Amino acid sequence: MATLPLYAQFINLFAAFLLLLAFAMLAQRRVLSLINLFAMQGFALAVSTAIVAYGTHQSHLYWSAGLTLVLKVLLLPWLLHRLIRQLDVKWDVEGLINIPTTMLVGIVLVVFSFNLALPIAQLSHTVTRATLGIAMASVMLSFLMMITRRKAIPQVVGFLAMENGLFFAATSATYGMPMVVELGIALDVLVGMIILGVFFFQIREQFDSLDLKHLETLKENE
Amino acid sequence: MTPTEFASQLLQLGLALALAPLLVGWINQCRAWLQNKSAPSLLLPYRTIRKLFMKDAVVALQASPIFRVAPYVVFGAMCCAAAIIPSLATDLPFGRAADTIALVGLFALARVFIALAAMDIGTAFGSLGARREMFVGFLAEPALLMVLFTASLISGSTSLPTIVDVFAHRELAIYPSLAFAGVAFAMVSLAENARIPVDNPATHLELTMIHEAMILEYSARHLALIEWASSLKLFNYSCLGIALFFPVGIGVAGAGWTALVAAAPVLVAKLAVGGFALALVETLSAKMRIFRAPEFLGTAFLLAVLAMLVNLLLGS
Repeated sequence: MATLPLYAQFINLFAAFLLLLAFAMLAQRRVLSLINLFAMQGFALAVSTAIVAYGTHQSHLYWSAGLTLVLKVLLLPWLLHRLIRQLDVKWDVEGLINIPTTMLVGIVLVVFSFNLALPIAQLSHTVTRATLGIAMASVMLSFLMMITRRKAIPQVVGFLAMENGLFFAATSATYGMPMVVELGIALDVLVGMIILGVFFFQIREQFDSLDLKHLETLKENE
Repeated sequence: MTPTEFASQLLQLGLALALAPLLVGWINQCRAWLQNKSAPSLLLPYRTIRKLFMKDAVVALQASPIFRVAPYVVFGAMCCAAAIIPSLATDLPFGRAADTIALVGLFALARVFIALAAMDIGTAFGSLGARREMFVGFLAEPALLMVLFTASLISGSTSLPTIVDVFAHRELAIYPSLAFAGVAFAMVSLAENARIPVDNPATHLELTMIHEAMILEYSARHLALIEWASSLKLFNYSCLGIALFFPVGIGVAGAGWTALVAAAPVLVAKLAVGGFALALVETLSAKMRIFRAPEFLGTAFLLAVLAMLVNLLLGS
């Protein structure tokens, strides 16, 4: 086994950590801990992006790392915490299927995405290409989280975590997207978050709860 | 088999038999210190075993031969396991005879016999303990196998001496998969050795017992053998963890006598640190409800599977 340079080993370590955090979010019962885990995932992403920037001398990646740090570790968790305070919703997160089953489905998804990523990763020439599988797996796990959760806030956290996975995929496959695109996505996420926050209030106004199964009855009330 | 191999095998087995009760005593002492109690003597487990050997054994009227044989089988299985796991040196004649899968099989054999003996008497607590033990065991075993498979994937062999040789000689590199496997192994060891998050070794409340409930009917030399065997099991798990994750200091193949002599103090130091860590974990955590155990061990299994998958993907 050829030994990788030290920075590549650290990237692998943080990639594995990212995957672990994705599973931890999937298994988390409490909404506050879920948001803290999301912030930790953002932090791991920022650190690994900074290491990629250091190892490959791609200075624009430092900006991406800084952007990730400000947006996903500080701003978005703060917004979410504020939303929870205002809505006064500290309930436990209820899943549609129980947690051990979700974990097993998660493992199957990880195997699937690792297999899917292997041929794609061979087309790439970056030093981080091996981590593409982990990036895809965290996207899939976030999807799973959005599917299996019933309440609005965990679904939004799942959506944001999916963006984390996509960002990591871009970094590992092509050393990141152009700065303009990255800024655009960051703004999108921020604006999306604010709009969703307004939605939460509207949903609660209408149904007195954030349970999204109430939305299914909209049609019958016409 | 060269004389060196034979000597290292004998020395290792003797050391395991002699040090296992000391490890339990050390853990109890650390735990007492951490909980601000006055600590029992370090040699208390030895005195308990000696006292039990001097007593007359009482066996229930309806006990079948399984009940009498079980302590010897359990003790024998643990001795075999202690002979396989390279704690001092990797030049072991026994190590070549059995690989990691056989090792898991040995642990399973001991578990099956002690559960059978507990059900044999027909008391309520015995069969309750046996069922709980099998419940925990069937969840812990796959996770343990996955941890060992991860180590086998990295080193390319399921034989423990080869794994330790490869791990001791590799270049210093970060292995995320080994970190995951290490955490999974720690969780499995806690469950398998009836330590606090899953079972309480010091409990006097029969309804919450797992391991203790199974041996309630044993007395005298049978009980002494079982106590000794469970301390050996703890010793074996500790040595397995040390061999897989901290192999520095173990005499590798062809290292000779000096390495063998030098390995013993290193092993004792590592065990002392490990025992303190175990006491710390036991002090900091509370016992879980029994139906939380699947979640605890499911997490261990998940970590072990992730370790294997990450190793396949990243090659590290």
